[in-house]
Amino acid sequence: MRSAISDQRSGVSGQPAASFQLSAVSFQPKDMPSLSAETSLGAAGTSARATGGWAVAFCLAGLFVATLAAQAQTVLIRNATVLTVTKGTIENGSVLIQDGKIAAVGKNLSAPAGATVVDGTGKFVSPGLIDCHSHTAVEGSVNEGSVSDSSMVNIADVLNPTDINIYRALAGGLTVSNVLHGSANSIGGQTIVIKLRWGKRAKDLIFEGAKPGIKFALGENPKRAGYPPDFFSATTQERRYPGTRLGVEDEIREDFTQAKIYQAKWKQYNERVARGEHPIPPRRDLRLEPLVEVLEGKRYVHAHSYRADEILALIRTADDMGFKIRTFQHVMEGYKVADEIAAHGAGASTFSDWYGYKYEVIDATPYNAAIMARKGVVVSLNSDSDELQRHLNWDAAKVIRYGGLTPDEALAMVTINPAKQLGIDDKVGSIEAGKSADLVLYDKHPLSNYAKVLAVWIDGHQYFDRDQDLKDREKLVAQKKELIDKEKADEEAARKKAAEERGGPEGRRRPEGAAPDAAKPKEGAPPKEGAKPNILQIGHQAGTDPVADQAKEGAL
Amino acid sequence: MRDTRLRILTLLVAAAACAFAAEHESLLIKNVTIHPVTSSPATSAEIKGGSVLIVDGKIAEIGTKISAKGVKVFDGKGMDLYPGLINTGSNVGLSEISSIRDTIDLDEIGIFNPQLKAEVAFNPSSQHVEIVRAAGITTVLSLPSAGGGGGFGRAGADNPIITGQAALMHLNGWTWEDMALKRGAALDMSFPTIPNVPRQLQNFLGTPQRTYPELEREYKVKLEQMGNFFEDARRYAKAKAAGAPDFEPDPKFEAMIPVIEGKRPILVRAERERAIKDAVEFADKEKVKIIIGDPHELGSTAELLAKHGIPVVLGKTLVLPLREDDPYDSQYTLPAQLFKAGVKICFASFDVEFARNVPFEAAAAVAFGLPQEEALKGLTINAAEIFGVADLIGSIEKGKLADLILTDGDPLEAKTSIKAEFIAGKAVSLESHHTQLYEKWKERP
Repeated sequence: MRSAISDQRSGVSGQPAASFQLSAVSFQPKDMPSLSAETSLGAAGTSARATGGWAVAFCLAGLFVATLAAQAQTVLIRNATVLTVTKGTIENGSVLIQDGKIAAVGKNLSAPAGATVVDGTGKFVSPGLIDCHSHTAVEGSVNEGSVSDSSMVNIADVLNPTDINIYRALAGGLTVSNVLHGSANSIGGQTIVIKLRWGKRAKDLIFEGAKPGIKFALGENPKRAGYPPDFFSATTQERRYPGTRLGVEDEIREDFTQAKIYQAKWKQYNERVARGEHPIPPRRDLRLEPLVEVLEGKRYVHAHSYRADEILALIRTADDMGFKIRTFQHVMEGYKVADEIAAHGAGASTFSDWYGYKYEVIDATPYNAAIMARKGVVVSLNSDSDELQRHLNWDAAKVIRYGGLTPDEALAMVTINPAKQLGIDDKVGSIEAGKSADLVLYDKHPLSNYAKVLAVWIDGHQYFDRDQDLKDREKLVAQKKELIDKEKADEEAARKKAAEERGGPEGRRRPEGAAPDAAKPKEGAPPKEGAKPNILQIGHQAGTDPVADQAKEGAL
Repeated sequence: MRDTRLRILTLLVAAAACAFAAEHESLLIKNVTIHPVTSSPATSAEIKGGSVLIVDGKIAEIGTKISAKGVKVFDGKGMDLYPGLINTGSNVGLSEISSIRDTIDLDEIGIFNPQLKAEVAFNPSSQHVEIVRAAGITTVLSLPSAGGGGGFGRAGADNPIITGQAALMHLNGWTWEDMALKRGAALDMSFPTIPNVPRQLQNFLGTPQRTYPELEREYKVKLEQMGNFFEDARRYAKAKAAGAPDFEPDPKFEAMIPVIEGKRPILVRAERERAIKDAVEFADKEKVKIIIGDPHELGSTAELLAKHGIPVVLGKTLVLPLREDDPYDSQYTLPAQLFKAGVKICFASFDVEFARNVPFEAAAAVAFGLPQEEALKGLTINAAEIFGVADLIGSIEKGKLADLILTDGDPLEAKTSIKAEFIAGKAVSLESHHTQLYEKWKERP
């Protein structure tokens, strides 16, 4: 992970030397207190605009909304190997999808009238994969780095449903993501769980009924903004408390001390109101409100952590303050305090095998998941990466190699276990009647590194179809070419026109001292009609509108 | 009749081998399924219930009926025996923790440093040596640069072009001298390119704003510098050969002699189509041998590379597409595209943290169209051929070093475990910092 170098150097400085390389690198841990995540997103957006990628991305969105999500909701996947995760494996099994839910799972299901039948012969079905640590679909930076407790900010406000990484993740079987802030701050901000409903609006991505969370961060990353300038040469910013693990522990403790005072003030106020008094309400504090929700069990804490000492310290802070840590994220030394994590009731969401990219992973081991699982911790494997989230099934296979867990245990770490950690295991994470029809069809067993995702359903709607994706490619290439040709032609026309207006087809130079070109619009004046390529119009021209084309072909 | 004679001959050879084996340090690995992974179909068939006789670190005999008396025997219990895997591009030994500069010896200052040798700074006690070895990788190519060449941003005036000589290192030994399998296996070069840095990003980075023509000019200057450097190297070689009276030795140019003679290949990092095309043109012009490294955009270059017989060291398969509107699997399918065009490929990680996962990078390519046997060859025999060590490693063939791994299945699958490993005939430990932590902490009361 060469990205880590610049990522970390850039941490405090705001001048991330050469971090623009990151966007081309796969294992970009956005979970760093740096501006590089912003950089990469910015870069992606910029290049997309430059190439007309935006338009293409929207068209792609349109295609899938049109062709997949609109399909009949009664689907029977038959004669496949069904990996239910919670109820064993069913050879030659079937799954019936009705009204967005799994209606039945079993051996000899028959298709109701009008059902779409998917032949699963030789294929495998798993529950949709769940990533307990993601930054996908976050528009802009993942860190509000100015203060070390930025609990007032909310991921839900900056969801970008057109992030192409949503689609790419879907194509790897991912259906649910826990979308978090970065780890620059002791308390990073409010988080949400999304379903990867590609093509839908931002608010439609949010997983209904999933409890929101808040991101905490311990260790090197939240410390970094407090380092003296020598640590990172480019630092120009003021040092920001905390700069040590001692300070991080204190920061969280102080925040919750304040939150408890704030909570008590409101309690007192509400009691007085109940008594019929008319007191002045306490001043609202948007930073402390989410922390009060944590104290009241209405919001989960997801704590980025690496070392055993900081994990234990946060457990004790939580014990003292009267709240729970829902998950430790990364939790690379979780195996050293697995008993304490289990006793606290926290889950552990870790990397399968990351190592060697920063000092606090010096005692990371890929056997972490196995030890924690055997000591009674609910363990999931997360991605923290737009790339790794595309093949969590392959990543899960590593716990078979490292620690000898069973294939069922491995698969659980990317399905039902993260569902448990996010409190959504009554809705997703396994193939059981009554749960959401979030399903993945593979050509081989998903724990094989040769397995490929063929189709993905969320709530019974098909959001990914590999065959369709392959078919659509030519169309997208043609569409892109058309956009570029049109832009070129328009530019050429504009150039010619300007040349003519300057006096003659050859674009003779205007005589010295002559009046400026009268035909040229004045600065600030609206552009002349037709002077610029109108990209939006192109999508509606006959024969180029994918939705209309699909309708003509009878796919709608 | 002929058959009988052949059998007698085989027996005689086997007997001779036994006698020889007894006198030398030898080991018989028996009861394994041998996957030879040779380049020739005639010798690549798997051998069930096979045995391999190792004498003096080399493979002396392969077959089903080797009876070597008086030698140490290792029972493979019916498991699979593969050649040791090779990662043909990593920073193993030269980088420990990629965010801490003190632990990194990559990317020396200077634009042309062909005299730098990776092996002299290879830390044999690096934790990565054991960790990568435990994953079935017996040899790595250690690169003196962190890479990122010919791509998105690496074309500033100060960026190095030639970063030094990469060395093929065996992952076992007390010193780097023990471990160096082939020094100067390739010259490590990042091809200059015109960086594709969006304006907003330049603003954000605080880098000086440069227009495309400016960047193009810088790129042309760099190409010219490269040409001049090679030209100087040729003059130096000529002067040396002619025994010019005023000849003064120069380590930089000395290191270029095998390169301009075509004996030392240049591993050219070229991420984008333009850099690949430029590199091929450059190789043609300078008449040097090149290997393309870490490409992530082929465009029309697969056929070009095939036509010129230029091999490719693939970087990670598991990376995001370069552009937002590329197919989601554009990187997954890249190895298969090269293979189908007839380009010889091998696999590398171009990092240190995930150097052990290079088999899974190859496996991902299999999921998206590369034949499994080609992926395996890309980690073994092709890698050895591309770096000129096929006489030493890369397959289970008589006469080669006994770099072997014993597994409970396909080594490209994550679920497979490496059960035993041999480097130059010696059984090596599969213990590492990772397993030590496991053994210690799983017993915590």
